[in-house]
Amino acid sequence: MRRAGIVALNTFREAVRDRVLYNLVFFALLMMAAAVVVGQISIGIEESVIVSLGLSAISVIGLLISVFIGVGLVSKEMEKRTLYALLAKPVRRWEFLLGKFGGLVLTLAVNTAAMAAGLFLVMLYVKHSLEQSDTVVLVAVYFIWLKLALIVALALLFSCYTTPLLALLFTAGLYIVGLYVQELRNLPAEVMSPAMAAFTKWLSYLLPNFENFNVMAMAAHGRAVPGTLILQNTLYAMVYCAIVLAGAAAVFSRKNLK
Amino acid sequence: MPMTGFAIEIENLTKEYPFGFLHLKKKASLEGLNMQVEMGEVFGFIGPNGAGKSTTIKLLMGLIFPTAGTARILGKPISDVEMHKDIGYLPEQPYFYDYLTAAEVLDYFAKFHDLTAADRKERVQRMLKKVGLETARKIQLRKYSKGMLQRVGLAQAILHDPKLVILDEPMSGLDPVGRREVRDIILELKREGKTVMFSTHILSDAEMLCDRVGVIVGGKLRGVGAPGQLVDMKTQGMEILFELTGANNAPLLSKATKMGDRYRLQVAEDELYAAIEQLRDAGARIHSVTQVKATLEEFFMNLVEADRAQASAVEVSGK
Repeated sequence: MRRAGIVALNTFREAVRDRVLYNLVFFALLMMAAAVVVGQISIGIEESVIVSLGLSAISVIGLLISVFIGVGLVSKEMEKRTLYALLAKPVRRWEFLLGKFGGLVLTLAVNTAAMAAGLFLVMLYVKHSLEQSDTVVLVAVYFIWLKLALIVALALLFSCYTTPLLALLFTAGLYIVGLYVQELRNLPAEVMSPAMAAFTKWLSYLLPNFENFNVMAMAAHGRAVPGTLILQNTLYAMVYCAIVLAGAAAVFSRKNLK
Repeated sequence: MPMTGFAIEIENLTKEYPFGFLHLKKKASLEGLNMQVEMGEVFGFIGPNGAGKSTTIKLLMGLIFPTAGTARILGKPISDVEMHKDIGYLPEQPYFYDYLTAAEVLDYFAKFHDLTAADRKERVQRMLKKVGLETARKIQLRKYSKGMLQRVGLAQAILHDPKLVILDEPMSGLDPVGRREVRDIILELKREGKTVMFSTHILSDAEMLCDRVGVIVGGKLRGVGAPGQLVDMKTQGMEILFELTGANNAPLLSKATKMGDRYRLQVAEDELYAAIEQLRDAGARIHSVTQVKATLEEFFMNLVEADRAQASAVEVSGK
């Protein structure tokens, strides 16, 4: 684990030095400025509009980082052959993968936290005060981060056995499908054969459920998120990430480098 | 310390790559390699491009996996990653994280060897000095030349004081000064009792540095031994270097090669004295007489040509 930590810190350093994050934070600040403008013309619902827009911006920016950087985490190291010298050190391949995952998740945590801080500043600017009920926005930001961690794990898995472009398409496709898992689960069984109904149900549990992480509407209206949902989503993200990373490690540990 | 006395033991190591539609065909890049590298020796692995040198080294380092066969390094199987604590490896045409400086990249790699911060700092400084990058230590690697990256690669390979150093084409991309420095480092490692295995196609380096060399051509090992033993040491002839001072009417002159003001003539050993007599009668001033022996290069070229001829024969017969 110590070795995975060394890789993670270097991955974080890479993200910081590549300055992609700086641009995205700047972009986030622009979004917050737009939220202020929208808030001023939305009489009476300024706060909910700002929270919705702010959380959407955090989610979209996080998605872009997690997908685009996520699919390159391993493939870039293989293509540039920076991995050769590293794997000649006493580092196991799964430790390297875990480190790359941890590094990007850490980057996303810092980035998401910075954007959340920006959102709270805008909320403070509009309302002139913050209330205890605003903590639901923090929960929504936490759920976005969990969702992003799951996306990074999926991007990492796909990038271990296919090209970056295909990995990007698979990850994005799975994310979109994962937004409609509940609908898939609720399909009326009567219109399908029993085998198809069973398959659909099985598939709905296998696919990542990104819908559970979306509490933006609750946050926009200041409604509290149940503690059980926080616990459930945390456990779900941890277990799902662990399974996906184990799959990635299984593929990567037998991969012949070029 | 391994009980076997071998730093590297390779048994029947084979690597095949699938190709063609559905990857149903296979091409062997390495075929049944059997070889040992003894503790404390400098071993040169020589062969033309595509011979299987890098494939062998990548198999040893666990970067690719064998189709068949086994190998042990310092008495441990190559799948044992912990054994990498005692190995230093320089990849061919190395590339490192270009957003880091030379000092940072060395410190990063040193962290995997459980060294303290103070020890890491001291070693990084020492290594940068050793490879001549002391003044460029704070420059990001994206601004480094190929030769400078090669030096960083060498520094990270020996930073942790390994027992075995494996270098894949260490002279590649280096100017004559850099090559000389790498040669000095290899000799210094030998003096320190380390085992060094390096691949190269620069035969003079192998002849100069190696206790033993292994020659690989077409994925097959064609010979292992001391450079002098490997080639036929029997004298192939005598070379006379001379200068003409007056009129030249010696019959031997037609067989000589003119090189500036001088001539070079190769004759059989038993014809030497007669040739000298003829040249002296023709008024030639003889500068030197030397034995002509087969070189490692000739041995190597004979193997390569034989391999090419065999490959052509197989192609013609459609096998």
